[in-house]
Amino acid sequence: MTDTTQLLRFITAGSVDDGKSTLIGRLLHDSKSIFEDQYSAIAKTSEKRGMAAVDLSLLTDGLQAEREQGITIDVAYRYFATPKRKFIIGDTPGHEQYTRNMVTAASTANLVVILVDARRGVLVQTRRHTYLASLVGIPHIVLAVNKMDMVEYSEARYNEICTEYLAFAAQLGLHNVTCVPLSALVGDMLVDRGENLAWYQGPTLMELLENVEIDHDVNTSDFRYPVQWVCRPQTDEYHDFRGFMGRIEAGSVSVGDEITVLPSGRTSRVREIVTLDGNLQTAYAPQSVTITLTDEIDISRGDMFVKADALPTVTREFEAMLCWLSETPLDKSRKYLVKHTTRTAKCLFSSVDYRVDVNTLEQHANPVVNMNDIVHVKLKVQQPLVVDAYKRNRASGSFIVIDEATNNTVAAGMIA
Amino acid sequence: MSNHIFTHLDALESESIHIMREVAAECKNPALLFSGGKDSIVMLRLAEKAFRPAKFPFPLVHIDTEHNFPEVIATRDKLAHDLGERLIVRSLEASIARGSIVITNPDLPRNPYQSVTLLETIEEFGFDACMGGARRDEEKARAKERIFSFRDEFGQWDPKNQRPELWDIYNTRVHPGENIRVFPISNWTELDIWQYIGREKLEIPCIYYAHQREVIRRGNSVIPVSDLVQPKPGEKVEVLSVRFRTVGDVTCTAPVESTASTVDEIIAETATTRITERGATRMDDQTSDASMELRKKEGYF
Repeated sequence: MTDTTQLLRFITAGSVDDGKSTLIGRLLHDSKSIFEDQYSAIAKTSEKRGMAAVDLSLLTDGLQAEREQGITIDVAYRYFATPKRKFIIGDTPGHEQYTRNMVTAASTANLVVILVDARRGVLVQTRRHTYLASLVGIPHIVLAVNKMDMVEYSEARYNEICTEYLAFAAQLGLHNVTCVPLSALVGDMLVDRGENLAWYQGPTLMELLENVEIDHDVNTSDFRYPVQWVCRPQTDEYHDFRGFMGRIEAGSVSVGDEITVLPSGRTSRVREIVTLDGNLQTAYAPQSVTITLTDEIDISRGDMFVKADALPTVTREFEAMLCWLSETPLDKSRKYLVKHTTRTAKCLFSSVDYRVDVNTLEQHANPVVNMNDIVHVKLKVQQPLVVDAYKRNRASGSFIVIDEATNNTVAAGMIA
Repeated sequence: MSNHIFTHLDALESESIHIMREVAAECKNPALLFSGGKDSIVMLRLAEKAFRPAKFPFPLVHIDTEHNFPEVIATRDKLAHDLGERLIVRSLEASIARGSIVITNPDLPRNPYQSVTLLETIEEFGFDACMGGARRDEEKARAKERIFSFRDEFGQWDPKNQRPELWDIYNTRVHPGENIRVFPISNWTELDIWQYIGREKLEIPCIYYAHQREVIRRGNSVIPVSDLVQPKPGEKVEVLSVRFRTVGDVTCTAPVESTASTVDEIIAETATTRITERGATRMDDQTSDASMELRKKEGYF
């Protein structure tokens, strides 16, 4: 890695049958990210289970609790790096809790690799994964047509699958899809091109992961700065220092810029952008900084700095898509908590309008909301929140719902 | 982003600062676990980045096994002093004297007992959140643990009952008696840590760099000779050029053979090494495939 190595977070979507674990194992193995002690451990296990070759899918095998019960627990994170990029893989298992797990892993991802089996083509679950990717707004989608070795590396079969998939993706408004044919088992077109797919001229999967443009995955135009913490050192040297600490969630800010503090609406100017490494002239998302202002105004955690040229909405009522994460169904008669940016407020679900069937995309009215359900709701919150549509701004359009009785996180919300 | 390359280290740093500030803002009485090892030294720099020019809004806490390398303890004390931050040290010896830890075999590593003293310290000070420098790349169990990891009154981790963690919105709420372990550098790897130490020019204990040391070979490991580890009959003491990749309990932390005497040389070795950090250096993690998972369920970091 060099001083210009970027960070890319991605997830893979597909069932065990699609060769998902083998694909991850192959990426780690062929990029030389598997360590000898890890490799010898899975080699031993493969031998014990009577397998002819080392089963790379065992690398994503997890905890004792899982091995005993033969299940995989939600999301595991894995890491590897090439000279160009450091990668974080959010690895989710493909069992019945899939929606909840995929939404969780997708929430921080730049890219999703959707796997299909070349023999079986686009399935119901492919559509489900793609819908969830669009719901959570993953910026880049790669369709990996796996097991090309099982269809004699047929270009016609590959083109057929891509055409069908791209038509479906376009219906969901997704135009940022790249397709790649590969064989995770043989190793064709993952890290090495192999010799079997000579008709394919595009990049390998690794080349895609290394080169996809991610600078604009965050909103770079609408400045959003939720205040996390107010810094008042109260020392002799910094007697009057009042710094507003936070992370720039979108856009940028420069010394001298006029900012508006929401929800109060008071305005001021940026005096300094302070960091431990010295003051900055301009700071960009997603930097964590400390901002001081030219005026003394009352500001606390939960307030948001914005600029007048791109104002968000300040509201106590909004509509959202919700992914229900809890085993306990949503109870409309109860109050919950919403945590949105750095503000937490009590909320009520004033209506639950419909549930989306993630397999058919059909809408069902007046649903009971169970775990893994995707529903459209209207919320009322006790204090005003400073919100954007999720599609425009992931950071100021997302929230979680907390059950006050259990303190559990029960839903993930995306503001409409 | 014009004229500004936001590198993977910038991204990791900003994420960690954001997490630490969430802890400060939402937890009533947090602490930062600080041992003087390289990961916790990185945590200290991240805390400076998060909270300066003010003091840290939490004390530093070290659970001392008294099986530590003296160089590490010296660095621990010097860094805490230089930063002017409050350092609380609680020793396993005190728990042993109280009788809450019973040592059956004095030669065995003390890491498993740290949980007891940690829980006693949490109770003594009423901490509701302890930030630690654990990383997900270290071990299978850690790969599945949340950044905000909840513990019941016995400090136990339940891997099947973790809260979903979405975006960068962290649920920090706990019931009285429960507490949270927070891992702000969850997404860092060993290589990231060394690159950051190089970039930030961080002072680390000298035993991380190659030095001549008396060792004994046992199995696949080389074990440093110390007051606590002496050669058994038939074992030969050798002097090798070694460095430590981790600095835990003296009796179970093995160095690796190396001549890397600068951060750049260590980065070059780390980028090409073929053995995981814990696999190479922690004998206590090799006893069983699930030993870390079991320790965490008992309240380990």
